[in-house]
Amino acid sequence: MTQVLRKAAETVLPVLTLVSVAAAIWAVFVYVPTDSAQGIVQRIFYFHVPLAMMTFGAFGVVAVASVFFLWRGDRVWDRLASAAAEVGMLFCTLVLITGPIWARPIWGTWWTWDARLTTTLILWLIYAAYLMLRTMSGAGDQGARYAAVLGIVGAIDIPIINRSVYWWRTIHPAVLVTREGGSGLADPSMRLTFEICMGAFLCLFLWLLWVRNESGRLHDAVEDLRQEVLARQQQR
Amino acid sequence: MLALIRKDLQIEFRTKETLASLLMLGLLTLVVLSFAFDPTSELRPEAAPGALWVAVIFAGVLGLNRSFLAERENDCLQGLLLCPIDRGTVYLAKTVGNFLFMMVAQLIIVPIFVFFFNVPATPALAAVFLALALGILGFAAVGTLFAAISVRTRAREVMLPLLLLPLVVPIFIGGVKITARVLAGKPLSEVVEWLNLIGGFDFIFLVVGWLVFEYAVEE
Repeated sequence: MTQVLRKAAETVLPVLTLVSVAAAIWAVFVYVPTDSAQGIVQRIFYFHVPLAMMTFGAFGVVAVASVFFLWRGDRVWDRLASAAAEVGMLFCTLVLITGPIWARPIWGTWWTWDARLTTTLILWLIYAAYLMLRTMSGAGDQGARYAAVLGIVGAIDIPIINRSVYWWRTIHPAVLVTREGGSGLADPSMRLTFEICMGAFLCLFLWLLWVRNESGRLHDAVEDLRQEVLARQQQR
Repeated sequence: MLALIRKDLQIEFRTKETLASLLMLGLLTLVVLSFAFDPTSELRPEAAPGALWVAVIFAGVLGLNRSFLAERENDCLQGLLLCPIDRGTVYLAKTVGNFLFMMVAQLIIVPIFVFFFNVPATPALAAVFLALALGILGFAAVGTLFAAISVRTRAREVMLPLLLLPLVVPIFIGGVKITARVLAGKPLSEVVEWLNLIGGFDFIFLVVGWLVFEYAVEE
């Protein structure tokens, strides 16, 4: 059963990703009309928003996998959490790069301490610490448990952080009200492009997650074999 | 649990190491931050609440690091875990201990803050202490959990602030907001939502810490 699933994922996911990402690039650069108010830079929105959504999805996976790991103690969950954290980190970094590129011409500044931006930045910091904790606490169950604790605490903390930075800037009179894409997506072709991009990034996310998870599995398998070889050598 | 708290307090009472280092770091932070803002600048009163909380957080990280390093020496942690008590209880005891250390340090750091930043010593300072107590409780709740983790990683002194600082952002923002409002002479009712936010943070992470602490100390 798992073998069949693995074969399917190995063949279907890369093809699906390739096709959908190609379609997304075509749609964003050729098909969709230029936004009348924001100009050409608005096109980055079609990458930015799906990336942001996948980022939150990835960190959701980290949290759920962490809970299951502490509950069941199965390494499968730990590998999934680790893979999701790495892919989420990549996507989160891209969100933080594509955002300012858009903000510079539209808001006139690379960065503002808007609630959404601040939350994303702190999310990035938490999961950067998560990945560092993983490398710093070494291999084995202990490091995995530490990471799981942080994965859970971080996920619980995110809504509170969001609340606090929201109040921080909105109770303050000098608030900058921002609604991304408020003027955009008026045209049905824009909606369609956005949906294609969502699909493409979902495929890309799942595929990367799959590849990373597989490499983690193989890594663990090699490690197990090496331990076994060492044990046998010592027996002799 | 009370015995565990008493143990930590007694060690501290005999050596005074943690408290002394907490105080010195808090004091130094306030002094260094004083250099960061021009003494004659009009911005100075605005920056004061932030300076206080930076001092609290820096000193707090140091104190938390120490609280588990001491347990690590001579394998005290091993002994602690061998006790026939729930790991959650150990966690609560350590959290209360850390909370008390940091609060005692505030009794001296706040007057120094008043002194250096020329803050009017009004009854509003009582409200500042309330904010500090709530904030430090949450800080100790998250910090104790991650101090137990970071003490067993490589580069442990660096690891704790890296883990802790992003997580305590709500406390920091809330604490600075409350302090600024209260020192500006506003009534406590104006900051009640911030107090609620920090109180909620404290409660949530005390429960989470109590639940997951056993995974953080298990061998």
